[in-house]
Amino acid sequence: MPNNLTIRVGGDTGTTTGVISTGEMITLALARSQYDVFTFRTNPAEIKGGQAMFQVRMGNHPVLSQGTNLDVLIAYDEECLKMHGKDLKSEGLLIFDADVFMADDMYKAQAYGVPFISLAQKDAGNKKAKNVVAMGVVSEILGLPLDSVKQVVKEQFKHKPENVIEANLKALESGWSWALKNSVLKDFAVKPRELKATKLVMSGNEAMAAGAIHAGCRYYAGYPITPASEILEFMQKQLPKFDGVAIQTEDEIAAVISCIGASFAGAKAMTATSGPGFSLMLEALGLSSMTETPIVIIDCQRGGPSTGLPTKTEQSDLMQAVFGGHGEAPRVVMAPANVKDCFFGIIKAFNIAEKYQIPVIMLSDQSLSQRTQTYTRPKLNTIPVWDRIKANGSNAGEYLRYQITDNGVSPVALPGKDSSTYVATGLEHNEHGDPTYTPANHFRMTTKRHKKLEYIAKEKGFTRRFGDEQAKVGILSWGSTEGPIEEAIRKANQLGYEVAALQVKMLHPLPDEEIRNFLSSVQQVIVPELNFTGQFNQIIRAKYLIPTIRLNKCAGMPFTPEEILNKIEEVITKT
Amino acid sequence: MANINTHVQSVADIKSKVNPVWCPGCGDFGVLSAIYRACLTMDLDLKNTVIVSGIGCSGRLPIFTKCYGFHGVHGRVLPTATGIKLANPNLEVIAVGGDGDGLAIGGGHFPHAARRNVDMTYIMMDNSTYGLTKGQGSPTTSPDFHLKALPYGVQEENLNPVALSLAYDVSFVARAFSGAIDQMTDLFIKAIKHKGFSFVHSISPCTVFNDTYKYYRERIVNIPEEHDVHNKKSALDLWQVKGKVYLGVFFESGREDLGSTLKNLSQSVQSKSGKGSIDKLFDQFI
Repeated sequence: MPNNLTIRVGGDTGTTTGVISTGEMITLALARSQYDVFTFRTNPAEIKGGQAMFQVRMGNHPVLSQGTNLDVLIAYDEECLKMHGKDLKSEGLLIFDADVFMADDMYKAQAYGVPFISLAQKDAGNKKAKNVVAMGVVSEILGLPLDSVKQVVKEQFKHKPENVIEANLKALESGWSWALKNSVLKDFAVKPRELKATKLVMSGNEAMAAGAIHAGCRYYAGYPITPASEILEFMQKQLPKFDGVAIQTEDEIAAVISCIGASFAGAKAMTATSGPGFSLMLEALGLSSMTETPIVIIDCQRGGPSTGLPTKTEQSDLMQAVFGGHGEAPRVVMAPANVKDCFFGIIKAFNIAEKYQIPVIMLSDQSLSQRTQTYTRPKLNTIPVWDRIKANGSNAGEYLRYQITDNGVSPVALPGKDSSTYVATGLEHNEHGDPTYTPANHFRMTTKRHKKLEYIAKEKGFTRRFGDEQAKVGILSWGSTEGPIEEAIRKANQLGYEVAALQVKMLHPLPDEEIRNFLSSVQQVIVPELNFTGQFNQIIRAKYLIPTIRLNKCAGMPFTPEEILNKIEEVITKT
Repeated sequence: MANINTHVQSVADIKSKVNPVWCPGCGDFGVLSAIYRACLTMDLDLKNTVIVSGIGCSGRLPIFTKCYGFHGVHGRVLPTATGIKLANPNLEVIAVGGDGDGLAIGGGHFPHAARRNVDMTYIMMDNSTYGLTKGQGSPTTSPDFHLKALPYGVQEENLNPVALSLAYDVSFVARAFSGAIDQMTDLFIKAIKHKGFSFVHSISPCTVFNDTYKYYRERIVNIPEEHDVHNKKSALDLWQVKGKVYLGVFFESGREDLGSTLKNLSQSVQSKSGKGSIDKLFDQFI
């Protein structure tokens, strides 16, 4: 019995509807059956037409990455098999729609043709239900309880008429019976386990949105963009329940600017976008930094430049986040590593934004934002939530909004709450806030604003070290690459390679002490990134003046653990 | 903790220590003066009043008051003001900005501010030129105007802010002239009192680069008393009269402002599913 399995479903969205939603139903059924899950999906950029793929990796232990090869591939058409067949393990199982095509002879020993379309037509009275037939087949193979899967189907279609629900339940049973009758492969079931409580199953975008609300975000503004739109939808659905406001603006500029306005008025405010939208927000980033008005911006990175690869992943906005915009505008850049980290990370983003009155950018990416993963339900009352320091009615005549302090943070007066009125301006200003252009003042106030970064760099909890303690080879990683790296390191350690990693969760300012300690503990450093130019690598080299070994993947896809492991082997065997 | 009375007794109480940096004779002095008087007449509490501005000569206005102020980036007055008002509906929000700020770089925000109908006032200080960059043509520069920086004049037609706002269905539309401060004050008061998005096109000539005082004095006329402010068609007729520039209230409608709509939405959602909690939210992800 394996500990984990990877199942992929794919087909053309023009002829097969619901590839993604069926995958999501399977995922939910798995999570409810106490398995850990990690999904991965790619959509075509079009709504109809083009290959869509949904993958779920499930296990009886926390699943760290999408994996390298497939245990089960469900192919609705020949094109899908062409695209994904090479990823199927030699002992893996291929299930194809026998009504549509015949799998190549090379798959003979592992292929099962299921007449999805005719089964759907015969048992559910609707060809479109072929996806649910497939779900029935998969559920049976995985040994999921039929009742639990039925419940998921009922919930999925709860807003549909009774006969639609009935038809889908029949389709599910049809697939289930087919697999039972043809006794596909009994050994495929992963040993279930008993958890104390069912884990949450959320996407990265959902976890960030939920975390933001927990952090106190009560103003959200956004403009639709893939792969960030789910955050806008989530906030529009949820914030009214929390007496908050979520609006869809006319563009990304209006979104971020209205967040600055809302924050000036005292609200914790956030917007989310992807690379193209974030580029439009850069002028406002400077305004937030200059007026010391905290905001949080999520950038769900996608393949670029320009419109690029809207539905594919990449880590290519790091330079834009750290250095983008005119002038020198201090900002904080963070990156969550996994879905759980999305929830906790965004709370830290708000905490740092509030404490230091500074813009914070959260760099997610398509693969993290849109995948679902299980994680233990957080204990909410143990998570600290910080608020900005208030002026609390100091004498209006003497109130210095931008008072010079040790850490660069000055108490703020809020409109409507505090009689110490002031004008926030994007012009260079003095401590009072009045526009001032003298040479000495510009230096003094620039120093004040940058002072915050020194203190933020010392905040704890922005790195995570894992792997061999005596390692001489180290991996410095950021963002969603953590999972495949951790999986590769576990395998490498099993193979006798001494290797460790430091996951950096704050990219600007860098958690300097932790990074220096790590760098001095190893002799060689690999920096894996999903981009072409090695952006984090450049930052590390510039700051620490060390030779590094970069590993770049520019393909719109996440790393597989195997790709990381190969690099580890290469580096270790060469030295 | 000092307890400051932010209710004003005289115009002097509203003026900040910073002296206006505008050129002598600038129409913006008139607008500032009308804002001071409106605040005084309405007994606005300074701590509850936020003046938001963009970039340009007009952008400096908040700095000359003791209200809260936000002097943001070029063209983004309306999104800034929208965020402020939606985050704290108890604030009185007044947005000021120039014609370039509001109709060129920020022109994309105007129709959406109208759609949203957030309860705030937008005073467009129109001098039909870019004064702070020394006299280039703006979206409202008429081919009739002779600008120093434009030896051949402008070749494009000018936009009409009142016509645009009527087309966008702004819920309160008026026009004022900084050569007529009493009337301007009165129109500002009406605009601020209006529940919803109010727009006051405020002609504010630039005496250095585009001195249109004479041009407007020859053309301005008060909107006839018999004009029905609820009649959009007759409002549209008024702006089309050739050779005349009407001052006063063009249009007013009573449609619900976005803040009220969102508040009602919150109440109706909460009456169905209760007040939100993260725990309840998590339950949806199991």
